[in-house]
Amino acid sequence: MVNGEAGYNSWRQRGRRVTPVLEIDDVAVYYGKRRALEALTLTVGPGEIVTLLGANGAGKSTTLRAVSGLVRPARGRIRYEGRDITQVPADAIVAAGVGHVPEGREIFPEFTVLENLLVGGHTVGRSQLGERLEAVFRLFPVLRDRRPQPAGTLSGGEQQMLAIARAMMLEPKIILLDEPTEGLMPRMVAQIQEIVHALHRDGVAILLVEQNVPLTLDAAGRVYIMEKGAVRHHASSAELRADQRVIHEYLGV
Amino acid sequence: MDQILVQTLHGVVNGMVLAMVASGLTLIFGIMDIVNFAHGDLLMLGAFVGASVLGVTGNYWLALLAAAVAIAILGAVLQVTTLRPLIGRDPLTTILATFGLSLVMQKYALWQWGPSVRRISEPVPGDFTLFHIQYPWYRVATAVLAGLILGGLWLFLKYGKYGIWIRATTQDRVMAQAMGIPVPLVYTAVFAIGSAMAAASGVLFGPFAGVTQTMGFDFTLRAFIVVVVGGMGNLGGSILASIFVSLLEAYAAIVVSPAQAVIVSFIVLVLTMLFRPTGLFVPTPK
Repeated sequence: MVNGEAGYNSWRQRGRRVTPVLEIDDVAVYYGKRRALEALTLTVGPGEIVTLLGANGAGKSTTLRAVSGLVRPARGRIRYEGRDITQVPADAIVAAGVGHVPEGREIFPEFTVLENLLVGGHTVGRSQLGERLEAVFRLFPVLRDRRPQPAGTLSGGEQQMLAIARAMMLEPKIILLDEPTEGLMPRMVAQIQEIVHALHRDGVAILLVEQNVPLTLDAAGRVYIMEKGAVRHHASSAELRADQRVIHEYLGV
Repeated sequence: MDQILVQTLHGVVNGMVLAMVASGLTLIFGIMDIVNFAHGDLLMLGAFVGASVLGVTGNYWLALLAAAVAIAILGAVLQVTTLRPLIGRDPLTTILATFGLSLVMQKYALWQWGPSVRRISEPVPGDFTLFHIQYPWYRVATAVLAGLILGGLWLFLKYGKYGIWIRATTQDRVMAQAMGIPVPLVYTAVFAIGSAMAAASGVLFGPFAGVTQTMGFDFTLRAFIVVVVGGMGNLGGSILASIFVSLLEAYAAIVVSPAQAVIVSFIVLVLTMLFRPTGLFVPTPK
């Protein structure tokens, strides 16, 4: 069984009694008059890895931004652990346990590695801060030695690790990962893939936006294929591996 | 030679007060992209509040603190009620809004305190002799105090939890929001800090030349010059530019009148805009 499917199946076996970590229900988002999402519905179970696949402009990043409160849905509901967070401010959503790693390795380049991590863990109490830093450094040992280094001088892969590590500082229950392997060398892609698996082993649910189809099929339990702001197809990664015609149809790969 | 040394001290003292004013202006610009044309008027109101508290209590340091707190609260209220709704709009809209606030504050000061000059007595009396010239201790104390306040601000921004919030929001507000930093609250806090710095500068400057309801415009203009020369939004650059411009003015005052020496600031501004629009005190963009 592929890594992400374990969480998916255990969640499904527990059936409807278990509240999903994230439920997006009939959500529409507009940028001005332009429709970015239309009637989007999806769920992510506890510890599950769910991937959004789709061409550029399909609405994948907007979905993540809507969940973390950076854009407001014009319609629909978003629930985190059963609680409606549709109109909750972004800072409260993060504090509740939703980590967001935006597209493009968006770290604070003028900050040191340590300062970036402290920003990520700004709601963690002083007594727990050392513990959280230690936990993050265990997962990302390369960052331990780079603590005083300006983040802008890290390599692309290290910056991506830092962005994920920063989101991990809050001990999130779900991480929204937006194209974490974009523009990285194959060696770094493998490292990021390993990190995704490690997060999954720690029981963190992941909503992953990715263009890298092999990585998606390896990591995810379920895959939503999006087009023009809506879900066009939904299947388990096992189903998609067995029959890749859907991927060819929507992504042309 | 003696005159050059005296003017150097004079330039540094004036530069430190100007640096306090400019630091607030540049913090606000750096984080909100707002050029606050009412900044000098917050200084003016702070000076009047300080003069009033001094009149009642006779305690200069209490007046300094009261002015900073009162104007910080006023700044926070103005940010929430007037500027927050304008965030993301055309920059001209916020410029006009702050210009409007400037006029309102001037007229309020005229109504409340009248047109005559208010004096703030020096809390540190006495002079010392510097190359046959009597130089007031208060001016030196002002430079030292301004240096301590700016140092405190730097330490807060560098090591304070909320200082890191401010620096993170200045670098990338969307990213800061994604990290769970309450960006609207940070905006309000920065405006309050900038206002408090302006008010404290007003009380510190009060004993130099008195307090009038028109004193704010001159400070807004001079602070704007050093913010541009130092690099918009760059706190360290603004502080260095304040001292640099004030020193140039002080040296120019040796050969021309102090009123004419101000022209030097404008020349530096124009040259900066022409040859290094990112500012003189920021690293060269790679």
